[in-house]
Amino acid sequence: MSRFSLGTHSLPSVSTLPKPVKIVLWISLALLAYALPLLEPPFISTPGVDFGGVLFVVTVYMLVALGLNIVVGYAGLLDLGYVGFYAVGAYTAAILTSFHANWPLLLALPFAVLASTLSGVLLGWPTLRVRGDYLAIVTLGFGEIIRLIAINTEWLGDSRGISNIGRPPSLELFEIPHLNWDTGVPLLDFNDTTTFIEFGVLDQIPYYWLGLTVVILVLIADKLIKDSRVGRAWEATREDEDAAELMGVPTFRFKLLAFATGAFIGGLAGALFASRQSFINPLNFLLLFSILFLAAVVVGGQGNRWGVLVGAFLVAYLPQRFREFDDFRVLVFGLALVLLATLRPEGLFPPRRTVRAKQLEQELDELEEGTDGEEKTHA
Amino acid sequence: MPDARILEVDQLTLQFGGLTALDNVSFDIKEGEILGLIGPNGAGKTTCFNAITGVYKPTSGTIRFNGESLAGRKRFQITQSGIARTFQNIRLFPTMTALENVLVGADAQHTTGIVSALFRLPKHRREEIAGHDLAMELLRFMGLAKQADELAANLSYGDQRRLEIARAMATQPKLICLDEPAAGFNPQEKRVLMDLIRKVRDRGFTVLLIEHDMRLVMGVTDRIVVLEFGKKIAEGAPAEIRDNPAVIAAYLGVEEEDAS
Repeated sequence: MSRFSLGTHSLPSVSTLPKPVKIVLWISLALLAYALPLLEPPFISTPGVDFGGVLFVVTVYMLVALGLNIVVGYAGLLDLGYVGFYAVGAYTAAILTSFHANWPLLLALPFAVLASTLSGVLLGWPTLRVRGDYLAIVTLGFGEIIRLIAINTEWLGDSRGISNIGRPPSLELFEIPHLNWDTGVPLLDFNDTTTFIEFGVLDQIPYYWLGLTVVILVLIADKLIKDSRVGRAWEATREDEDAAELMGVPTFRFKLLAFATGAFIGGLAGALFASRQSFINPLNFLLLFSILFLAAVVVGGQGNRWGVLVGAFLVAYLPQRFREFDDFRVLVFGLALVLLATLRPEGLFPPRRTVRAKQLEQELDELEEGTDGEEKTHA
Repeated sequence: MPDARILEVDQLTLQFGGLTALDNVSFDIKEGEILGLIGPNGAGKTTCFNAITGVYKPTSGTIRFNGESLAGRKRFQITQSGIARTFQNIRLFPTMTALENVLVGADAQHTTGIVSALFRLPKHRREEIAGHDLAMELLRFMGLAKQADELAANLSYGDQRRLEIARAMATQPKLICLDEPAAGFNPQEKRVLMDLIRKVRDRGFTVLLIEHDMRLVMGVTDRIVVLEFGKKIAEGAPAEIRDNPAVIAAYLGVEEEDAS
């Protein structure tokens, strides 16, 4: 039981608080998140790498993890080519704002999202009829095909990529000073400020704010959709596709919807990433990223939106924080995954239900073995 | 219309390669009755269920529900049009709560999509409330109200069987097909379940019941169809079936030369 205590005992205590307290708690948490790059807290901020930039990448990974969680965690469809949707979003934004047109980013964004959603539907339509491992292989192929098309098509900038991708409009209102911890006590540093809100080359903090805002919006949307007929249909399909179909769930339609929703969010993340980078080429969309995205979901705990956020944070942040161990990055990452798979196979924060089901299973086992007399009162 | 036929199975044949699982089976179910479908193991009872609910496509023959052929309809469409079923091996959604399992059933008659859910449109709210009320009502009916928030996987065996019936009823079917709902029950539990099935019928559902325990099925059904090796060998009221020599032979076995 102790194996699962980390995720279980802290969460219910939050959900039992009275509503006003909860709202205040959430707002302060959000404010803290927004202020994080300005506070530059020691140990947390990244020495040698721009902290705002790292945090922006974290929000992109969070978005991707939320989207992939819908596909993998909720609907139970193993997608190994998620980077494909991310690439479609990024390339659409790049083409429309720089390569073949001069649209403002905010106008291009809906089209980027639309394009990736469409690609999700187009991929899902023929492939969602196959299940499990077969689907994983087909999606794996999709991710690679998108990348290879990008490399080999001059119209998409081939291997040289696309530069000068549009930025969101700036609105330079005022300067916000950062904190400086050099003396050991936090001091306002008026030489180091961030303009509210300028999407420039040097200061990436406004991008982080934009990314964080999108993450919060997607998080809310995720909750609204999950707590409805749609969410139940996804879960039922994941648990037992045939039984769900026989209970009146049009499983194919809902799987396609999960794919399209996931692609929507993936495309959004890709477009934001492209805008921030200002330059993309096919190397930004390697198979490795699909695997990292999936790792974020699996490490965090598929099916739990807060879990996958933590997973995304770990996957995107830790390698940047400990850059000095750069050479060992992959080794440590691999070791961590192996440890996780043995110690917490459902991820760091599995959905509470999985935890509950597992707990009972374990209690029953203990009862049968008769090893732990005290557990009997609980069962 | 007491004699209205709700389901007509007409010369249904199902072949898997060389094996004929159902051979020219015809029967019908009248509205409001409990029809028992019995036969020894492997007689084709579950196959017949699967054909009715769209899992298998008939090799030949037709199945009409409310006068309309079910051919070519998808499984979820058949459920939505009013045929619900349970499974011989329990197939609940294990990591969902009892209530959510029943809600999935209730959702069969709902149309809330992603937009309604995302913007909490009136349709979402209306269907959520209606579904919740129906689900809780059915859980109470099945004696599962206390376990509403328990995960389906954590329910006792008997509760899981009852939850499956509640989930099927939540799809608001006209015909409910129960595939050996009493499997694994002791005689006392079986009697309680049979009372429950009668109550299900009294709520206006037509019931098709698979059961291979003869004695039990006699007490609860209005009419019985007997299958053996994919063929219908008898049909009639329980009393007639009990005395039918072919049925007795199928169940007890006879000398080689007498077997038909």
